[in-house]
Amino acid sequence: MNAVVTITYREACRQALRDALLSDPRTFLMGEDIGRYGGCYAVTKGLLDEFGDERVRDTPLSESAFVGAGIGAAMVGMRPIVEIMTVNFSLLALDQIVNNAATIPHMSGGQFAVPLVIRIATGGGRRVAAQHSHSLEGWYAHIPGLRILAPAVLDDARYMLAAALKDPNPVLIFEHVMLYNNEGELDPAVTEVDIHRAKVRRAGTDVSVIAYGNGLIKALAAAEALAADGISAEIIDLRVLRPLDTATLLASVAKTRRCVIVDEGWKSGSLAAEIGMRIAEEGFFDLDAPLRRICGREVPIPYAPHLEDAALPQPADIIAAARGLVRPA
Amino acid sequence: MTARVHLGHDHVRHLLRQMIRIRHFESKCVELYQAQKILGFLHLYDGEEAVSVGVMEALAADDAVVATYREHGQAIARGIGMDVLMAEMLGKQEGCCRGRGGSMHIFDRKTRFYGGNAIVGGGLPLAVGVALGDKMQGRNAVTACFFGDGAVDEGEFHESMNLASLWHLPVLFVCENNLYAMGMALERAEAEPGLARKAAGYRMTGTGVDGMDVVAVENAARSAVEQIRAGGGPQFLECRTYRFRAHSMFDAQLYRTRDEVETWRRKGPIARFQSWLVQNGLIDAVEVHRIETEADAEIDRAVDFAEAGTLEPVEELERFVTMEAVPA
Repeated sequence: MNAVVTITYREACRQALRDALLSDPRTFLMGEDIGRYGGCYAVTKGLLDEFGDERVRDTPLSESAFVGAGIGAAMVGMRPIVEIMTVNFSLLALDQIVNNAATIPHMSGGQFAVPLVIRIATGGGRRVAAQHSHSLEGWYAHIPGLRILAPAVLDDARYMLAAALKDPNPVLIFEHVMLYNNEGELDPAVTEVDIHRAKVRRAGTDVSVIAYGNGLIKALAAAEALAADGISAEIIDLRVLRPLDTATLLASVAKTRRCVIVDEGWKSGSLAAEIGMRIAEEGFFDLDAPLRRICGREVPIPYAPHLEDAALPQPADIIAAARGLVRPA
Repeated sequence: MTARVHLGHDHVRHLLRQMIRIRHFESKCVELYQAQKILGFLHLYDGEEAVSVGVMEALAADDAVVATYREHGQAIARGIGMDVLMAEMLGKQEGCCRGRGGSMHIFDRKTRFYGGNAIVGGGLPLAVGVALGDKMQGRNAVTACFFGDGAVDEGEFHESMNLASLWHLPVLFVCENNLYAMGMALERAEAEPGLARKAAGYRMTGTGVDGMDVVAVENAARSAVEQIRAGGGPQFLECRTYRFRAHSMFDAQLYRTRDEVETWRRKGPIARFQSWLVQNGLIDAVEVHRIETEADAEIDRAVDFAEAGTLEPVEELERFVTMEAVPA
């Protein structure tokens, strides 16, 4: 039994990377400013000194080239872990991710796998305006061939990477930027993460709240307030954005008969829309109330704090939606 | 020291035979396309055969190839069997990619052929990664990355040239400059149409070669590969060539004149090499005829194999979207 350890989300990510480098000589890190600078969000700090510049590779600002290089290296036997500094920058590598990584196994008739992990910082809340704040993970969740993960809690930040590296397919891990400073204790009982399943983080009976990433933290806060009001919310950490663990979602909705979906991405064409539609298709007769979505407002994320806060899902929005379903006016 | 090709009888016969195999294979593809047995896009290599044939001569079995969507020639020259190629073109599960890739997406694990790629420039970053992975695993392999003049317009070209040179990776960048990116003429697209000169911007040796001369291509490729294998870092080889046929089967060719095409045809790689060999007594008409007959017989067998092939059950449609394991 391991001792209880207090740790930040950032440190959990860093330990996961260090474990990977120590345990498998085929792994190496590649990305912008991950080495000498220590990582834009300081996740990779110290790893260059420990592992050297062959295995911790600072790249030029060439997202397409270094993501493509990760794909090629993965195809010939390496296990690259590529960092893309923000999800907005990942658009510069979209060709490689969508047209190569996601297609080659199928297009080659199964001759080649692409066992590549890409870590991407995502999400808003840091007052850095539109081009560093978006939540585009839902776009990637549209693409067959990719596995999309969103660790929200410390245990997942610590152990999802190892599971992703065992996956023979390209895995994109979205780390929400507001989570890096979160601090808490790792559960000593957890040493691995099932990257096929969503996870109930708080059991409840009146309403299911499906959330991921920083939305999960807000949903858990909302659940506290709802409990004080006599409403029992079940909080589900989606955590695997593709392929969706629909069974866990449907089981919860069958129990609570009401559902709120929280998604920092824009509502139109969102991951929340996909989840809602699956529940409508497969769980319609379990529902006692309409489905509700709390999504990012349909604007480029603005800089001014009051505007940014208004653009992002907040606990108060989740509370109001849940209460409205359980106690309709 | 530059490796010079020894033009012995066996070798020149082999070069000629490879070009003829490609040319005749594609002629058969046109027939099958017109018969609607091959569907979709069909990009012919007609006129460019000397490039693939010459470059592949410089590669060893352990080397890797990243190809384009005009890659039948690259595939055949690399040694992929015509039978599995033709079956792929016909969408049969006996095809090298089980009929999922078709003409533009030929992959072959045995020959380290990492794909035809239908995104212009999309193969270059991948090739950098193949070379990186090989180098990190201590393989002394070279990755030959084929692309056209159109790819040079793409950001991925510049990013990949820079990264390969910066990291000193064993990549042979092979630009098949056929003067047109679909219908866009080189001089209308490039501020610097001297493509080999661009390599200097990445501290890379750039060499231009007559891509209609198979021996010149082989010589240049051997020299480049030799330097790469000796640890000299990547090289850029611009092969100046010409596509005799339309870009694909849906191209009215409004962007160039018949005269221009005819002028280039007279410089065609097969006609030119063959007549030079005959003139110099290295081969005679009887032997050329035998090469052609053998190639046609091989193609007929490939067509028979493909026609007799089976369709993958629709139940397997989603197989390999995600892999159960990394293939050993």
